[in-house]
Amino acid sequence: MTDASSSGDRDAPADERPESATAALLDAAKRSDLGLVLGTLLVVYLAATVLTFADGLNSVVGLMRTLTFLGLVYALAALALNLQWGYAGLFNIGVAGFMALGVYTMGIVVRSPDPAFGPPGFGLPLPVGIAAGMLVAAVVGLLAALPALRLKADYLAIVTLGISEIVRLFLQSSAFDTFLRDSLGVGTGGGRGMGMPRNPVRDLFLVDGQAGTPTAFGELVFGVFGEDALGVSNSILIDWGYIAVLAAFVIAFYVLLERLGRSPFGRTLKAIREDELVADSLGKNVDLIKVKVFVIGCALMGLVGILWFGSQGNVSPTPQFMPLLTFYVFIAVIIGGSGSNTGSVLGGIVFATVLFEGPRRVGASVRDVIDAETPPSFADAVAALDPTAFLAFATDNVAPLQFILLGLILVFIMHRRPDGILGDRIETAAAVDLSERPSGGETDE
Amino acid sequence: MGTTESSIVDSARARPGLLLVALLGGLLLVDLAAKLAGLSVGPVGGALSADRLGSNLWNGVVIGLVVGLAGIGLSMTYSILSFANFSHGDLLSTGAFTGWGVAFLIAGFGDVPVRALLSVRDAGSASAGEVGAHILSTPVAVLAGLVAAFAITAAVALALDRAFYKPMRDRDGISILIASIGAALVVRYAIQFVYGSDRRGVTASVDASNLAFGPLGLSVNAHELTIVVAAIGLMLAMHFMLQRTKLGTAMRAMADNKDLALVTGIPAERVVTATWIIGGGLAGASGYLYVLLRGTIQFDFGWLLLLLIFAAVILGGIGSVYGAIAGGLVIGIVFTTSTIWIPSDFNEAAAFAVMITMLLLRPEGLFGGVSTA
Repeated sequence: MTDASSSGDRDAPADERPESATAALLDAAKRSDLGLVLGTLLVVYLAATVLTFADGLNSVVGLMRTLTFLGLVYALAALALNLQWGYAGLFNIGVAGFMALGVYTMGIVVRSPDPAFGPPGFGLPLPVGIAAGMLVAAVVGLLAALPALRLKADYLAIVTLGISEIVRLFLQSSAFDTFLRDSLGVGTGGGRGMGMPRNPVRDLFLVDGQAGTPTAFGELVFGVFGEDALGVSNSILIDWGYIAVLAAFVIAFYVLLERLGRSPFGRTLKAIREDELVADSLGKNVDLIKVKVFVIGCALMGLVGILWFGSQGNVSPTPQFMPLLTFYVFIAVIIGGSGSNTGSVLGGIVFATVLFEGPRRVGASVRDVIDAETPPSFADAVAALDPTAFLAFATDNVAPLQFILLGLILVFIMHRRPDGILGDRIETAAAVDLSERPSGGETDE
Repeated sequence: MGTTESSIVDSARARPGLLLVALLGGLLLVDLAAKLAGLSVGPVGGALSADRLGSNLWNGVVIGLVVGLAGIGLSMTYSILSFANFSHGDLLSTGAFTGWGVAFLIAGFGDVPVRALLSVRDAGSASAGEVGAHILSTPVAVLAGLVAAFAITAAVALALDRAFYKPMRDRDGISILIASIGAALVVRYAIQFVYGSDRRGVTASVDASNLAFGPLGLSVNAHELTIVVAAIGLMLAMHFMLQRTKLGTAMRAMADNKDLALVTGIPAERVVTATWIIGGGLAGASGYLYVLLRGTIQFDFGWLLLLLIFAAVILGGIGSVYGAIAGGLVIGIVFTTSTIWIPSDFNEAAAFAVMITMLLLRPEGLFGGVSTA
């Protein structure tokens, strides 16, 4: 967290003197949101370097790329969910479904009408596809929201989970694929999935996206960092270019949500979250506001789906858009503290790096050290009565252990710190600081 | 609803969604009749044999009983502890794996290594045929497995409650719901860690296990019959427990009005313990029966079934035990008969759609929110 203080502001009030230097640093870090996020990233990068520095710079930069990408996309998804859940208290557990709607619509709109393989599309430009993806996610969100928002929170949860599963089952279905091909001349690819259009960031580096022909900009970047200079492979450099785009989107989401949160609309949202009856009594149109925020959140989730899965080459409904994805995003928001945008960004980064990628990397590293054959099953590992064999089995099967850890962390947070890492921050609904007495005797209104 | 004609018109005007659903249901019934008669008028009608409808309905009843049995526990935790328990599906998996481990141990002891039996064929290379678990050839093993599934899952549910839910008894429903998602992850992936992740066959095949009912055109599997008998037996036991025993009365009182129950001196924690034992045990038993029906087992089958169970419970009115059973039957029948009209890719989607429609039009459920426990 040392970096946090350098970019953070240090104007700690004089009346509360920090006890030690570390406390002062943490204090300063807590005050500066950007410092906190950058400091967390720095710690993650340090850990990544320690894990891979023996394999050379290319591996270090490659691992950092994977971690940063995941951190940023989870931050985006967490921000979108924070708008619905943190601001307005709408418990939407259909995040995966809305992301799938966004990315699939984008794919269908942009894919060529006569592709070499995979389902045909409309062949329209990418911006149209992105707009269409957000629009479809928003419209489905609207259809779901109009009646469902009158329900109790746990019913809304089950309805949104049901919708997300219905979306996934439709995308999975070959009958639906055939129906679309017959009626509109486009398809979803069913269970096999759909190839995504080429990432425009790639065109920035390579002419027509072909590996051998760099553009002038690509030439410059590859010359400075590439295989001949620092030894970082071209594909990793192109990915870093896309990460810069994602970072810009995180900032844009953050600014949008912060501005929204401070606007009269956002203050009404927080009032609804705290006490719906009071907001209603004050003449606020609670239902309309809920529908609006739900639709905006769903459109943003569609966009996140595009930014995240649209850049992955291929999407397929079943491993990618299972409800588990929704719970990942929820864990990210809960870790950061629902209601806090900085917390969402931080929760996304911490979740993706420490909880999601961390155990796999550490498990693999530990497995390399152990010199024992992996038992074929848990029963064999127990029957062997050998701690080394059991450890070999555990580190080779680290994925289920990681989910157990996630579950325990979720329960632990709900027990001990239900407001998350940044939960001690108070998100006031009022526009002015109510703890300060007005100095003048004059009052408006 | 209305008794005179004008009030029917009024209620139709007030609830256009209900009218739409009624029209759609009527259309489907007319279509079904036309299909059975072999008539075809435009898009309506077609051909459907009575045999196929009969076997669809029978399969629907069998699945529905299993789902309804699982729904009882979900409904009880919702009404008594006031939260939607997302770890309930994984209790089904717990019961299935532990119960089948015991059933295998009894069925194949001596012939097959114990670790292969207890791990439900994760370790070793024994085939399901070598273990030979089937209700006709090894009835004692299958029944002992059912009892073990009930007992072990009840213990697991109780342990989860003590570790995860008891410290947050007074928190709001959403917080406990989130904790239950965490508990679900813990249970599901502990099962994957111990039992492995691959789907595998469980029951052996035995000759002449189909009992044909000639006049009805039904072919009933011995395992289906076992499931129906076991599920109805457990439901009847549940009914007598709720209606005739002191514990049942206390449970119904807690579900109805918690504060009043506490004031009357009902020992709340003891009722909660009983809720977890009974609800968890029934979940484990229904998971065990579901595997008996399907013949295969996989670590996340309970989780994949959870939304169907929720659909059943919501349909019957969340919190009502009898509603859960009725809702399970409806969902089971929708699940299997919907294939008459739509491709089988969508039968699960159809069940969820029924659940969502129910929530939107009549959130209190089929029985109008009469909370019987």
